[in-house]
Amino acid sequence: MSALMIRNLHKSYGSLEILAGINLEAKTGEFVALVGPSGCGKSTLLAMIAGLETVTSGEIWIGDRLVNSVQPKDRDIAMVFQSYALYPTMTVRQNITFGMESRGVPKAAQAEAVQRVAALLQIEQLLKRKPGQLSGGQRQRVAMGRALVRDPKLFLFDEPLSNLDAKLRVDMRTEIKKLHHRVGKTTVYVTHDQVEAMTLASRIAVMNQGSVQQFDTPKRIYDRPTNMFVAGFMGSPAMNFIPARLTGSTSISVRAADGSDASLALAAPMPAGAPKDIVLGIRPEHIYRFTTDLKSRKPAVASMQAPVELVEPTGAETLAVLRLGDLEITGRFEPDDAPVMGETITLGIDMSRACLFDPTTKALL
Amino acid sequence: MSTHDLIVPAAAAAARPWRERLGTMVPILVLAPSIAASFIYVFVFTLWTLYISLSNSSLLPTYGFVGLDNYASLWANRRWNIAYTNLFLFSGFYIVGSMAVGLLLAIAIDQRVRGEAAWRTIFLYPLAVSFIVTGTVWSWLYNPVDGIQAFVRGLGWTDFSFALTANRNTAIYAVIITGIWQSSGFAMALFLAGLRSVDPDLVKAAQIDGASVFRTYRRVILPTIAPIFLAVAVIQIQFAIKTFDLVAALTRGGPGVSTTFPAIYVYDLMFQRGQIGEGAAAAMMMLAAVAAVLVPYSLWIVWRRRAEGRNG
Repeated sequence: MSALMIRNLHKSYGSLEILAGINLEAKTGEFVALVGPSGCGKSTLLAMIAGLETVTSGEIWIGDRLVNSVQPKDRDIAMVFQSYALYPTMTVRQNITFGMESRGVPKAAQAEAVQRVAALLQIEQLLKRKPGQLSGGQRQRVAMGRALVRDPKLFLFDEPLSNLDAKLRVDMRTEIKKLHHRVGKTTVYVTHDQVEAMTLASRIAVMNQGSVQQFDTPKRIYDRPTNMFVAGFMGSPAMNFIPARLTGSTSISVRAADGSDASLALAAPMPAGAPKDIVLGIRPEHIYRFTTDLKSRKPAVASMQAPVELVEPTGAETLAVLRLGDLEITGRFEPDDAPVMGETITLGIDMSRACLFDPTTKALL
Repeated sequence: MSTHDLIVPAAAAAARPWRERLGTMVPILVLAPSIAASFIYVFVFTLWTLYISLSNSSLLPTYGFVGLDNYASLWANRRWNIAYTNLFLFSGFYIVGSMAVGLLLAIAIDQRVRGEAAWRTIFLYPLAVSFIVTGTVWSWLYNPVDGIQAFVRGLGWTDFSFALTANRNTAIYAVIITGIWQSSGFAMALFLAGLRSVDPDLVKAAQIDGASVFRTYRRVILPTIAPIFLAVAVIQIQFAIKTFDLVAALTRGGPGVSTTFPAIYVYDLMFQRGQIGEGAAAAMMMLAAVAAVLVPYSLWIVWRRRAEGRNG
């Protein structure tokens, strides 16, 4: 059974359409990430699931209940906000019990629930403090505690890590993942950070301009993006898009730096009816320095020459900006084997990992 | 940084101190007149008034020391006792009333009503009118002969009675109502600003937590803007204690002495009856009333700032 089912959901403010027919589903215990650039409608979608925004048309099912017109408090959900939205004048304990108090849960049961959640999140020593006396990470935990204590069917997270500094964000990300493993609650998680989505989610919905572009596992989204938007949005540095021409059923040619055409063999024959002009999408980590050893390990590697314009060492890896025709592409190299600036390198491009797109429809071929 | 200091030429180094000195002196020069003026007008005259209150001054200030005689005769006067009682009665009702009305208006406007700016202007408008004008207009409204009573009677309810200012027991409430009318818009403006500063996510969180609207306001929103309550109260209190022109225009302290206020009494003693010593004593009692409110408030502000500083 699905814990959350969204069917053909629309939202518009007057003539402005925010969401244009969203279909989405989360199985019980699943961690679904909604990711997309700002203004793509992901937060609106989350607010609609929570009942904080009205539905223009379509259906939202939580469990086996159609909740379109159900009050937020009766939807059996809990939400963690970007600003945490902790009640500033209440102690941590009161913050956590406020919901139960509003619902008229007996005092003894409240105390027990607080103990359970505080132990789970290791915030027992903070219960008497006020939010103003907590650090960012601690506030984050308390916000999660307030959500957890409800024991809801559905957890909603609205960019919960975006107010933390970089290091803490990585720590809390791990913590959220652990927590989800332990608690096993169905979770919908909104983020604009594709790394967060990749690391946390069991399925990712990539959104743009009010519609879901692709809804699939992180691996499928990363390896086989359904269109150029998804391909470009997921992964950093972004996928390289190289205009290419189909020269046979298994070969394409691209413009090299010196203006000549370099021919690359495809890993699999193109389906009939594919356009002549295509876009070759290749991720930076699938570009290597060509060696015979590489060729024997990865038979699908195609080679071509490219001058190195710029080298950016990051420590763990070295990014190189390579000239190809009149565009620049990025390659990701082992620091020990990295090209140097000004060198002309023979690239080995792993064509088995390449994605080919139709330049007019932007869709994967 | 030390290398930077070293390469500054000697001439420039010599020129700098005087420019710097001028730079640091500018704020002092600019502020000096107002600091001097407030020092003289506040502290010197306060101390002078204190001294006069202990002297035997009558029509003109004289410096014969009489101890607390003026205070004794002040407190022996029935009219002063009425004035001081009125001050507390008025302050209490006026502050609580204007804050309650202001808060209700602010909450009503905060519900994203249509034409919000218009409502805000309407409710804030009384503040733009001086107390004299307010007092005069309301004295007409209260006037049984041509005010609200006459109007309603004219509509046919011939038994209708609305003559607060004509009765010595109710006249003080006429002053209170007028005061509330005048300043609840001001309270509203401050409360509205406070309500608007509350994180909307807090309201959503409370909604998901299942709190009713009333409960959300009582437990979440209003506690968050508690400092504004205090600020409004303090401002209103010093308005209340200084009340002079409103009463002067509305009831002239009457009927009889029923709406006498300390400020009116002080004016009377000093400038009508030539009892400057006793007038100064009454003024000192007003200062005591203001200080009783403002000193704890300032101490609390200082304490809170220290506490915040400690918590980082």
